[in-house]
Amino acid sequence: MIPYPRLALLAGIAFAIGLSWAPLNPYLYDIAVGIGISIILAVSLNLVNGHTGQFSLGHAGFMAVGGYSSAAITNLVAPHFLGSSTSAVLHSLAFLSALLAGGFGAALAGLLVGVPSLRLKGDYLAIVTLGFGEIIRVVLQNTEVVGASRGWSIASGYAKTVNGYATIVPYTNLAWTFALAAITVYVVTSLVSSTYGRGFLTVRDDEVAAEAMGINTTRFKVTAFVVGAFFAGIAGGLYAHFKQYLNPSGFDFMLSVSAVVMVILGGMGSTAGVILAAAILTMLPEWLRSVAGYAWLPPWLREIAKNRMILYSLLLIVLMLTRPQGLFGDVNATRRAVPGRLRRKA
Amino acid sequence: MARNIITLIAATVCASLSTWNLMAQEELKVGEFASLTGGSASFGQSSHKGTALAIDEINNAGGLLGKKVKLITEDDQSQAGQPATIVRKLISGDKVVAVLGEVASSKSLEAAPICQQNKIPMISPASTNPKVTEVGDYVFRVCFIDPFQGTVMAKFAAGKGWKKVAVLTDVKQDYSVGLAQFFKEGVSKGGGEIVKEQSYSTGDKDFKAQLTSIKATKPEAIFVPGYYAEVALIARQARQLGIKAPLLGGDGWVGESLLPVGGAALDGCFFSCHFSADDEAPVVQDFVKKFRAKYNGTPDDMAALGYDSAMILADAIKRADGTDSAKLRDAIAATKDYPAVTGKITLNEQRNATKSAVILGIESGKFKFVESVAP
Amino acid sequence: MIEFLQQVINGLSLGAIYALIALGYTMIYGVLRFVNFAHGDVFMVGSYAGFYLAPLLIAGLAAEGAAKPPWTPPFAKNSLAGAICVLVAAMLICAALGIIIEKLAYRPLRSRPRLTVLITAIGVSIFLEYTGQFVFGVDPRYFPEILETHTVGNFPTERWHFLNLDDLGLAVTNVQLIVFVVTLLLLFALRIVVLNTRMGMAMRALSSNPTACSLMGVNNDVVVSFTFGLGSALAAAGGILYALMYPSIDPLMGVLVGLKAFVAAVLGGIGNIPGAALGGMLIGVVETMVVGYGEHIGIASSYRDGVAFAILILILLVKPTGLFGKSEREKV
Repeated sequence: MIPYPRLALLAGIAFAIGLSWAPLNPYLYDIAVGIGISIILAVSLNLVNGHTGQFSLGHAGFMAVGGYSSAAITNLVAPHFLGSSTSAVLHSLAFLSALLAGGFGAALAGLLVGVPSLRLKGDYLAIVTLGFGEIIRVVLQNTEVVGASRGWSIASGYAKTVNGYATIVPYTNLAWTFALAAITVYVVTSLVSSTYGRGFLTVRDDEVAAEAMGINTTRFKVTAFVVGAFFAGIAGGLYAHFKQYLNPSGFDFMLSVSAVVMVILGGMGSTAGVILAAAILTMLPEWLRSVAGYAWLPPWLREIAKNRMILYSLLLIVLMLTRPQGLFGDVNATRRAVPGRLRRKA
Repeated sequence: MARNIITLIAATVCASLSTWNLMAQEELKVGEFASLTGGSASFGQSSHKGTALAIDEINNAGGLLGKKVKLITEDDQSQAGQPATIVRKLISGDKVVAVLGEVASSKSLEAAPICQQNKIPMISPASTNPKVTEVGDYVFRVCFIDPFQGTVMAKFAAGKGWKKVAVLTDVKQDYSVGLAQFFKEGVSKGGGEIVKEQSYSTGDKDFKAQLTSIKATKPEAIFVPGYYAEVALIARQARQLGIKAPLLGGDGWVGESLLPVGGAALDGCFFSCHFSADDEAPVVQDFVKKFRAKYNGTPDDMAALGYDSAMILADAIKRADGTDSAKLRDAIAATKDYPAVTGKITLNEQRNATKSAVILGIESGKFKFVESVAP
Repeated sequence: MIEFLQQVINGLSLGAIYALIALGYTMIYGVLRFVNFAHGDVFMVGSYAGFYLAPLLIAGLAAEGAAKPPWTPPFAKNSLAGAICVLVAAMLICAALGIIIEKLAYRPLRSRPRLTVLITAIGVSIFLEYTGQFVFGVDPRYFPEILETHTVGNFPTERWHFLNLDDLGLAVTNVQLIVFVVTLLLLFALRIVVLNTRMGMAMRALSSNPTACSLMGVNNDVVVSFTFGLGSALAAAGGILYALMYPSIDPLMGVLVGLKAFVAAVLGGIGNIPGAALGGMLIGVVETMVVGYGEHIGIASSYRDGVAFAILILILLVKPTGLFGKSEREKV
């Protein structure tokens, strides 16, 4: 757990605002924003998968709902209020409301998934969430208002003068991204370490015992889903307003798997580890990109470096075999996470 | 703890920052982004081969402006989200003078705003969706657009006397949906009738349900504006169900596995595309010869368009006599009657290529040139 | 009416494929209580095994421009024996693959929580898919016609028939019939193995209590290996028949089919062998009907891929044990 969470939050936000002056070229800027978004995604998934011990494979679906809901506000609603205003304050407000709409849209979807999921456990739950994620993608693909398979462009942004010419820069920047990442980390850690939040851990550690103690496990599971989905939706909103283009095919099963890999690599339930894992796994493909360009490496190795999914999968398997608690996970926490009756079963 | 980690991330980011400034500048760098792996890799690989061939040829002829041209190719793994990152890398990391790519319109749509914001010209070889070049005045393409292609096939169907037409669309592909839309408009204008609309998704293998319901409406032709992998199976299953109507399609049909999988089921079908390797024009035969020598295979549409995109860029750099981005943009925009492999290319005010489409038919397992349709 | 009958036939033949793959899923689940996520990818490897083996075993299949096999293939073109030989060889290869996967990836985790194994299985699945893209290439490949496809005019045979399909205007291919027959045969064979053999008894014992099972002198490792081998062989059979029906194969072909087969297994009550077969048929028919008639009730045919998942969610909500599954009481 993180000591002095409020202090850490303030430091995080200050860091985020400071980061916006960092002399990053657009490529590194892109990666940095990607890291921030991944952190939000992974930390929120960690609430569901790590702290509450459920297994969701549909996080990409929530992110998609968030991305599309926030884009709907920016594309369809905001123009009526903003008109031709170039005020940064007004635009920031519009962006904030778009992000919140994304968050609440996704939270609603989380509620829809969470309620039926109460009856399911483990692998069934994993498949159902996967199914929900796919259904969301199929629906988006068939909805003409949001561009269907053509994708949806988001043209709004801050008016700015760059190198002497006026241009529109995306709403999402490093300050927004990392401030929201800090808030996500703060909310999730405070929630889990609060007296109320111990309930999440009891659901994970032993559901039957928790219920016997009078804990409403159902409620904790749904809460975890809703809060997790809310932040996934925020991540989706940030993503939408950074790439300024959404396509349903971008929110597929593989994105959910990437988020799961971050949580597992970081160690289920370890917030700090998950943050680090999100950062590493976002930078890894870019690093592999340069590895694939090294002429002195044997060609087959460069080919494999180009195919990052092979490496991801090997990482998953080897990690599960050797360190199922993740690289930075707390061994004891994981042992606690495994109720004896499951440990005995084949 | 969280603070420590964020500081650590910042340190890592800054460390990787420093490596970028050591790039040498004696070469002329051209960026390319393509799907070299993943779902649409076969198109990406093809167009990349064409582009690479063009750059080789330019360098063998002494390069441009006295410098060698270096093609920097990045793979977007057919994934949404990747093109934006890659193009930012190409522009700010590698400092390329122009960007070539992509085949899929959805990928080009993602990269185009970034090229526009950075005022770096981008030439797409084969993105046929009208929206791509609408992004801004730095975005060009060397292919025709969906409205033209859809209309060409609608007119072709009308010319053959096929009035009752069914449409089978791939809803997962913007390309297919767009083409179907313009085809339907064309058919209605030509006095024909769309008797049935059905759809599928990329990766499906079973189309019997769609085809059975199409069969019940007794169409005279079926328009299938999808990609070759599915089209071949659709043709087989249509014949198995006893549907005799010919299938019509667009440039997505061109692919290595179309004929082996489709076999005899495709006989009598027609599709529009950008070029035919059997075209006897010297510029085409010359290209085919060079392509064979380098890759030991016959070039397809995507390879020809990839080649053309690089050649048009090279031509513009020569005319602009420099790589100043505004001048280069103007030079590309001024491209007129360039004798490209895929036909004479003139870029219009919407920065789209106006050129003719080729209609190919399939007869006993071979492509056969039918006609060339001028815009 | 004829259109409707044709759609039913289409649905059943699609469902037979789902059923075939669901059999393997349900068996592995029934014995080991875990979802072998990689099952759909073993299915893919099965079709590629057939793709590479067929030209070596059957004459006249080597694709144009491809290297001729170094020996004369022992079987003539379009011979049933040749097709069976390819099928059996592919099944053996996949059985070996399944046993190896189990040994390397799942066995060390047997005492760990089920989620750990599930995550590993997802890892194995992605590994097979992308290594497949790397080794076999991303482009779809044409699966050679190890048996020629033709439409069947009379049913059941040309000489003795009571139905003339041509006159009715129904289209049925020989491959559709073969898939149907093979699915039924494998279903019965599997039931016999599970119910009437010593190994089957050991499998059932292992499934109900692994510890007690090993105390009774059963070598659990052998039983698990056998289960995986059998399940993977079934996947390979599915892969070959699928490729015969839809002769365009690619490394990601197993993803969606695998998921739908899983849904079929859950629908029938996971662990229940005839239930899986029936579940597969049901999903095939429902999917086909949605495409064929969905527009009348406001569902576009493009929602087809969502249908299987919607069924899954519905069944888990209404009857989580599936149509024929037995509920299991959780012991504390």
